Amino acid sequence: MRIGTFLRPALTLLLLALVLRPVWFTPFFAPFAPAGGPVIYERASLLSLSISHLGLVAAASAAATLVAVTLAILVTRPAGAAFLPLSRTITNMGQTFPPVAVLALAVPALGFGAGPTLVALFLYGLLPIFENAIVALSTLPPATMEAARGIGLNRWQQLLRVELPLALPVTLTGIRLSVVIALGTATLGSTVAARTLGEVIIAGLLTNNTAFVLQGGLIVGLFAVLIYDALVQLEARLVRRTGG
Amino acid sequence: MIEIDRITRLYNGVPAVDAVTMTVETGTVTVIVGTSGSGKTTLLRMINRLEEPSSGEVRINGESTLTIKPHILRRRIGYAIQGHGLFPHHTVARNIGAVPELLNWSADKISARVDELLRLFSMEPATFRNRYPGELSGGQQQRVGVARALASRPDLLLMDEPFGALDPVIRTRAQDDLRRIQKQLGSTIILVTHDMEEAIRLADRVAVMDSGQLVQHGTPAEIITRPATEFVADMVGRVERPLRLLSLVPVSELVEEGVAEGEALPVDASLRDALSVCLWTGRAAVPVEQDGVLVGRVTFEAIRARARAHP
Repeated sequence: MRIGTFLRPALTLLLLALVLRPVWFTPFFAPFAPAGGPVIYERASLLSLSISHLGLVAAASAAATLVAVTLAILVTRPAGAAFLPLSRTITNMGQTFPPVAVLALAVPALGFGAGPTLVALFLYGLLPIFENAIVALSTLPPATMEAARGIGLNRWQQLLRVELPLALPVTLTGIRLSVVIALGTATLGSTVAARTLGEVIIAGLLTNNTAFVLQGGLIVGLFAVLIYDALVQLEARLVRRTGG
Repeated sequence: MIEIDRITRLYNGVPAVDAVTMTVETGTVTVIVGTSGSGKTTLLRMINRLEEPSSGEVRINGESTLTIKPHILRRRIGYAIQGHGLFPHHTVARNIGAVPELLNWSADKISARVDELLRLFSMEPATFRNRYPGELSGGQQQRVGVARALASRPDLLLMDEPFGALDPVIRTRAQDDLRRIQKQLGSTIILVTHDMEEAIRLADRVAVMDSGQLVQHGTPAEIITRPATEFVADMVGRVERPLRLLSLVPVSELVEEGVAEGEALPVDASLRDALSVCLWTGRAAVPVEQDGVLVGRVTFEAIRARARAHP
């Protein structure tokens, strides 16, 4: 916590500098670049790659959250309990299927570009959100649920006013895991021509330019750390409010 | 008036509640007592249809509860349970205002009602309104739970072991509060407990349940002096019987002219309190006061005679 108050702004500034003013880091990356080769990636603006990268992750995570939470709600209703094993199998398959394989399989269907990446990130992100949402929704305090019914909330009101708010912190933990995995995995999308920060890393790998690999890796890593941290703080705040 | 008419609930063909018929008068407190598994909670939960009866019906002021959608019915019936069941993510004010909110009261009206109830339960509105349940003590949480149940001025208040999670000192205070508030508001209350002491303290009518059947329904004095079955006698407890009976009678009934030594008891204290003072101090009489003025005394002999004077 104490260390976070200094580290957080420092890392944010470092990230902003890396994305907006990459030239500043020429002396730092120069030793890693091949002799005479470029030090700083200049084929595309890092800012636009970052935005596209984050956009892909956000879209895939939002879709995964929507589907996983909806599924979790359905299978935690009395009428949907029978579908719990089936939903588990589906989301587990999403997780066990390697994203690279998903990309390879999705390209023929969806063509090159953002499409296959979105599908891979979406499938890969389902499981943590689904599992956490199920745990959260099936371990709500029984007295509170009994009271919710007893004072006359109908099913929708029980769900929207009591169950979902109380399940939010634990569900958010699942979303956090999913987002962080997606941030890293999205780099693979550049192998099928999605615009992500993976482009920088792959360019580095193709031309034996470690400077590019470091540059791309550092930016993705910093995004992951900072977004993870922000979501942890949000969860802590929610838990405090619900009286934990 | 609440009429419970031959209500039955079967679980796998076995009756948990077996053709119970009972009438509860408006403005009275009925306490359902029984051991665990006697069906008392199932009976209570059938009144607001948290459990659906297998047969029979409940009528509130002549209207069958089966004609109303369950969640609409429940908004008309207050419900307080053991362990309070407050919404941990809502403030005290929002918890208490939950049912009025469902009934679309205006915000001003809800907030006025919340403050009124908090004051009724001796909780300063300015201090407590915006706290979360996690920030309250057990006794305060329980009071907020009861306040929530009373918020919409329901026709009927159902309470399932509402004081079960409280320690004995706070429990006695909570029971006194409930009785005071019930008298003040004239509420109709049906309360479930396994504690005969609590039943006798609170009830106008006690209903004793055993194995799904209503074995006796009467005033506390009737239950104590004329138990219908062995089971009821056991629930009352043979040793405690005279003391329980005395606990129902205020000293005002036996006050006589005369003086006595020692600290005075208020007229609304029970004969059991007076007996306890006699035994503890070794005196034959206790002075009695009303609003700080001595009004006479009550003697050990009189108490003894009263305890024998049961039918």
